[in-house]
Amino acid sequence: MTHPQRAAEFLRDPARAAWHDGALWFIREKRDAASLQVEEWEELRALAAAIKAHTLDGLAGYLEQFERNARALGAAVHWARDAREHNEIVHGLLREAGVTRVVKSKSMLTEECGLNPFLARHGIEVTDTDLGERIVQLRGEPPSHIVLPAIHLKKEEVGELFAERLGTEPGLSDPTRLTEAARHSLRERFLAAQAGITGVNFAVAETGGITVCTNEGNADLGASLPPLHIACMGIEKVIPRVADLGVFLRLLARSATGQAITAYTSHFQGPRPDGALHIVLVDNGRSTIAADRTHARSLACIRCGACMNTCPVYRRTGGYSYAATIPGPIGSILEPLRDPERHGSLPFACSLCGSCRDVCPVKIDLDDQLLALRATVADPRSAKTRAMRGLAWVLSDPVRLERAGALGRSLLRLLPGVVAQGRFNAWARNRDLPDPPPKSFRQLHAERQRTGGAP
Amino acid sequence: MTSSRDAILAALRRAPGGDVPLPDLVARPAPRGALATRFASALEAAGGRCVRVADSAALEEALAALPAFASAQRRCSLLPGSGGPGFALDEVDDVHSLNDVGFALLPGEFGVAENGAVWVTDAGLRHRAIFHLAEHVGLVVPAGQIVDDLHAAYARVELAARGFGCFIAGPSKTADIEQALVIGAHGPRSLTVFLREG
Repeated sequence: MTHPQRAAEFLRDPARAAWHDGALWFIREKRDAASLQVEEWEELRALAAAIKAHTLDGLAGYLEQFERNARALGAAVHWARDAREHNEIVHGLLREAGVTRVVKSKSMLTEECGLNPFLARHGIEVTDTDLGERIVQLRGEPPSHIVLPAIHLKKEEVGELFAERLGTEPGLSDPTRLTEAARHSLRERFLAAQAGITGVNFAVAETGGITVCTNEGNADLGASLPPLHIACMGIEKVIPRVADLGVFLRLLARSATGQAITAYTSHFQGPRPDGALHIVLVDNGRSTIAADRTHARSLACIRCGACMNTCPVYRRTGGYSYAATIPGPIGSILEPLRDPERHGSLPFACSLCGSCRDVCPVKIDLDDQLLALRATVADPRSAKTRAMRGLAWVLSDPVRLERAGALGRSLLRLLPGVVAQGRFNAWARNRDLPDPPPKSFRQLHAERQRTGGAP
Repeated sequence: MTSSRDAILAALRRAPGGDVPLPDLVARPAPRGALATRFASALEAAGGRCVRVADSAALEEALAALPAFASAQRRCSLLPGSGGPGFALDEVDDVHSLNDVGFALLPGEFGVAENGAVWVTDAGLRHRAIFHLAEHVGLVVPAGQIVDDLHAAYARVELAARGFGCFIAGPSKTADIEQALVIGAHGPRSLTVFLREG
């Protein structure tokens, strides 16, 4: 299945698609309002982009520095080349500690690695504790957005789910009461957990500390109640200095949800006195992207989700149409770079409008990268690729162009259904073609020359 | 056999490099004034409350007037002479038994005017979970200790040593169900910051 096919499924319910579009646009507007309150917003974006460019350029050195300092603070540091190694490291740590119940706060990396199903196969129960992630976990779905995992669901659907799984009264759809029910159920899980897994927003090389942002406080509960804290991070999350946190944290929440800062911005500097902290550094294709001159910049992403909230394609086709851990514009770069076979249609899920680039807090040139990727992932058998080859043949010869134009104008007049129908013309799906002009530009120009320019 | 660590580092070192400089963080403009007022309105936007008190006596009065404090069955305070009587937090052995704490009065080091956040640490604190586990939290911050923005904040936090530090901006919250803001997701259902003059 390709993005257009899955998008067509989503669009079968136009009212719901419009609702989804509006929900995301609402967040985009909150982001705009928040960014406008910071006079030096553009200066911050430029700084953030420059810090990331520098860090990615010297990433090996910064990772070594981070490892050294994290160990000095008492944390254990592990390295994983790929998803499997990451999952095995985490499982090994849990097995060694005799853990069977884990609480996890949001980590797109563990989604990318398929950690939950891996641990489940080994008899370890993982409870996602971010409310949105808990909702999709109970539904057996992946997140549809990296910051708002359940943005595709209506409150009535959450109510039905909770009635079935958490025993709330049927028909309840009030978000406050639903959240309260989840709070009670999850508090029990927090208290019973033997280990907590968190993601990492930033890892600071000069201190060896990690910073985790949440609004719910779920990462803190998971890292402060059970004795074992495992933090999983992609290798691109490291930044050089404590002072750099000021730049990124001023941008992150404002770009993500329009908040000035998340409710909790926690700095874990080594384990707590009575506990253990393990940090797992994961490559899983990142070092390959780092070596790619065109696409290395995509590793600067701080996972705010602003590019999805503004993307006209994401808003109108939903997160699941991407069938990827990270959807939207940034996912349409990262995912095909990792697996071009599976995600080859994603760089085409883009109108090249460039709105993503305009909102990106670290100034990734998303639209340029998506365009560049089309050349490398294009399916040679697709209707559009074949049509383009045909068009190149027509355009390379003036006589052919003249004849093809005349033929096209006649066909559009005589058999509009056949020419403009989606079955034969991939560009005509969901679009109406304008009425064909009776004469070509060349004909009009020739007539004008004959009449000396008189109308 | 090459370790994963060495393989990852070697692959990164093979990537084409360009000696990209690390930018200096430019000097911030002078504080934009009215720090306490800006802090209070940013905190309120984040769902918290800001109460200005002149001294410890005024703090006691403000606490007594706070329903979350007055009605709490079990409470603790790390502010000497304030918010009592309560149980002694550091004498608790099992952190899980803090689950039913109704109100915790805790010290905050300083506030940040641009976002209403308060910097807290686990210095001298046995159970850092209390910040996130208590039903309601009060933070006492010296009124003169408000900085302009996060740049100023990170210039003064101490992150070199082992420990835990957190910017807390308002109570625990979520908007994961249809973007409706709900206060009290997993952690505290309210956050009151007392800016104390004396």
